[in-house]
Amino acid sequence: MAADVILDVQELCAYYRILKGDVKAVDGVTFQVRRGEILGIAGESGCGKSTLAHTLMLRKPPLKHISGKALFLGQDIMAMGAEEFRKLRLSRISIIPQYALDALSPTKKIGEFVTDLVREHGIHPDRSFFAKVEERMRFVNLDPAVLGKYPIELSGGMKQRVIMVISTILNPELVIADEITSALDVSSQRFAATLLVELREKGIIGSAIFITHDLAILYQIADRLLIMYGGHVVETGPVETIVHEPRHPYTQALLSSLPKVGVQIKDERLEGIKGTPPELLEIGPGCRFRERCPYRTKQCEQTPVTENIDPDHSIACWHYQEIGGERVG
Amino acid sequence: MAEVSKEPIISIENLTKIFSSGVFFREYTTAVKDVSFAMYPGTILSLIGESGSGKTTIGRMMLKLLRPTSGSIYFHGKDIAQLRSRAERREYYRRVQGIFQDPFSSFNPLFRVDRVFDMVYDVFMPEVRDREARTREALMRVNLNPDRILSHFPHQLSGGQLQRLLIARALLMDVEILVADELISMLDASTRMGILNLLVDICRDTGMSVLFITHDLALGYYVSDYTMIMHQGRLVEQGATAEVYHNPVHPYTKMLFRSVPDIGRRWDPKEKFIPEQVTMEIDEFYAENRGRGMVSVSPEHLVLMSVE
Ligand SMILES: Nc1ncnc2c1ncn2[C@@H]1O[C@H](COP(=O)(O)OP(=O)(O)OP(=O)(O)O)[C@@H](O)[C@H]1O
Ligand SMILES: Nc1ncnc2c1ncn2[C@@H]1O[C@H](COP(=O)(O)OP(=O)(O)OP(=O)(O)O)[C@@H](O)[C@H]1O
Ligand SMILES: [Mg+2]
Ligand SMILES: [Mg+2]
Repeated sequence: MAADVILDVQELCAYYRILKGDVKAVDGVTFQVRRGEILGIAGESGCGKSTLAHTLMLRKPPLKHISGKALFLGQDIMAMGAEEFRKLRLSRISIIPQYALDALSPTKKIGEFVTDLVREHGIHPDRSFFAKVEERMRFVNLDPAVLGKYPIELSGGMKQRVIMVISTILNPELVIADEITSALDVSSQRFAATLLVELREKGIIGSAIFITHDLAILYQIADRLLIMYGGHVVETGPVETIVHEPRHPYTQALLSSLPKVGVQIKDERLEGIKGTPPELLEIGPGCRFRERCPYRTKQCEQTPVTENIDPDHSIACWHYQEIGGERVG
Repeated sequence: MAEVSKEPIISIENLTKIFSSGVFFREYTTAVKDVSFAMYPGTILSLIGESGSGKTTIGRMMLKLLRPTSGSIYFHGKDIAQLRSRAERREYYRRVQGIFQDPFSSFNPLFRVDRVFDMVYDVFMPEVRDREARTREALMRVNLNPDRILSHFPHQLSGGQLQRLLIARALLMDVEILVADELISMLDASTRMGILNLLVDICRDTGMSVLFITHDLALGYYVSDYTMIMHQGRLVEQGATAEVYHNPVHPYTKMLFRSVPDIGRRWDPKEKFIPEQVTMEIDEFYAENRGRGMVSVSPEHLVLMSVE
């Protein structure tokens, strides 16, 4: 393992084990998070982004780890017992779950929420702890008086700042942020996304995994991008490469369906990708994009091998060489 | 877009909503302040604004989930506060539907998806015979595979899948007004373009009108005929979409356009960007324009220049 890798995920498989069989939402996922980087994870709704985050952080039935490793600074967190992992959570790896904003209890003041949350992690919220919380709140331009307020008294952007302050209060080495901007207005999105970068620059957090469906935000803050489709990783590379020279047919289609300010449907109709994403329940081998892919062949019925196009750019597609680097559409 | 008819389906006049909260002493939040607009057949109206500015509250009042503190909502000329009989209310709920931000809360977790659809038929359309075929068609139109979706429970679906289910449900019911609150916020570009195109097609074909509440300015531009910008409970700017986007006047609208993430152009890392700072600019703007109130800057473009 290279010295600058803090999380090394290898062939990770995690399935929802339900009555009818296994929903293979994370199926052979391999990637690394490097020290100090922001890794963006993007992909269609239902492709397994949140499942990946949950597999790493808060696995609970029916989600089950099947195989593969996730080495956090060399230690396999998949092999850790609950108690052992609890010691890492919040202090060294921290997650900001999707829908964290909605999870704030309406009858609890923000300060009580903070108290309960850190107690759960075995931290005694004493005066010096709250002094730190207040200092961080000022850093994110929040009046510490917010602690005495109820969630409904704050805007979505402000609640998100509170959640970001608390999730990073113990200076974790890795933060997993799941859709932290998708419920916010563009100015709050900009603030929250930029804040993650600032937290890293100040050394408050080490690295981050930033999950979103919004490539335009990832373009702003991520160093590298990982594109998921149907429980597989289809392409990984530096932001500029993925955005300007995507090679996987799914990445290409995703980018070409992005709306731009200045295009109205009455002037130009943008098309999405035809067809539906695959059913992940008991899904067999093969490229998961093949049903919707214009380049599919017989070979695509076998799961593509991930290859490196160059040291930093990898792709899982049998036909990437024929397809070339141009955007489609 | 369809011909804009002169008669609005719904018109909203001076709508205000004040919430009171607080356990020991009452605190009042003015969530919506003096909001007026109208929705015409076959059009899409987008509502954009700060989080917490009152967008969902407007939607909830339109769906009769909340009672306005003052002001009125007229549906085909009739004040919806006056819909008293069960039959009248049911008809209203059938014609005016909402899809809300948090799709999980819209489903009973104990009901399988097929049951959700059955209830739609039982309550609103008991006369329909070919229920299953209709349901399947609606699901396919929103890119969901009926064979797998119908037997699932809501918690087994992703957020985006649930949102599409809600669209399918609205499609079944022939609605006239759809309040789509952050409808596609959970979908990636490739899926949501399909759904947006679908919404636009439905509007054209059936005359349905959509209140499209969104944070995504590019999508708002793409689909909507009219755009309304909301800040702290008030509509600060509204008009034909191209007008508002190309000639924004209100400081809040201008700031929004400065924050849009765009591929190929990064936010200025040196700019210390704090959304709250705009409040000062707005105060100055209102002070400079004292007494002007809501001003029509061009035939299809209104701007709030000052407040009393
Ligand atoms: N508890 C569960 N039981 C069975 N299947 C599940 C469960 N939770 C999620 N799934 C399925 O797993 C797949 C991945 O879901 P996940 O929530 O990880 O998607 P996502 O990429 O985060 O999507 P979104 O962008 O909509 O948040 C989906 O197909 C979903 O239907
Ligand atoms: N039931 C309630 N009681 C008290 N205050 C409320 C209630 N519901 C909403 N509010 C307040 O009303 C204001 C407007 O809320 P609303 O949910 O309409 O905003 P929004 O524009 O939809 O925001 P977002 O973009 O975050 O969804 C907020 O300040 C909110 O805290
Ligand atoms: Mg998710
Ligand atoms: Mg809302």
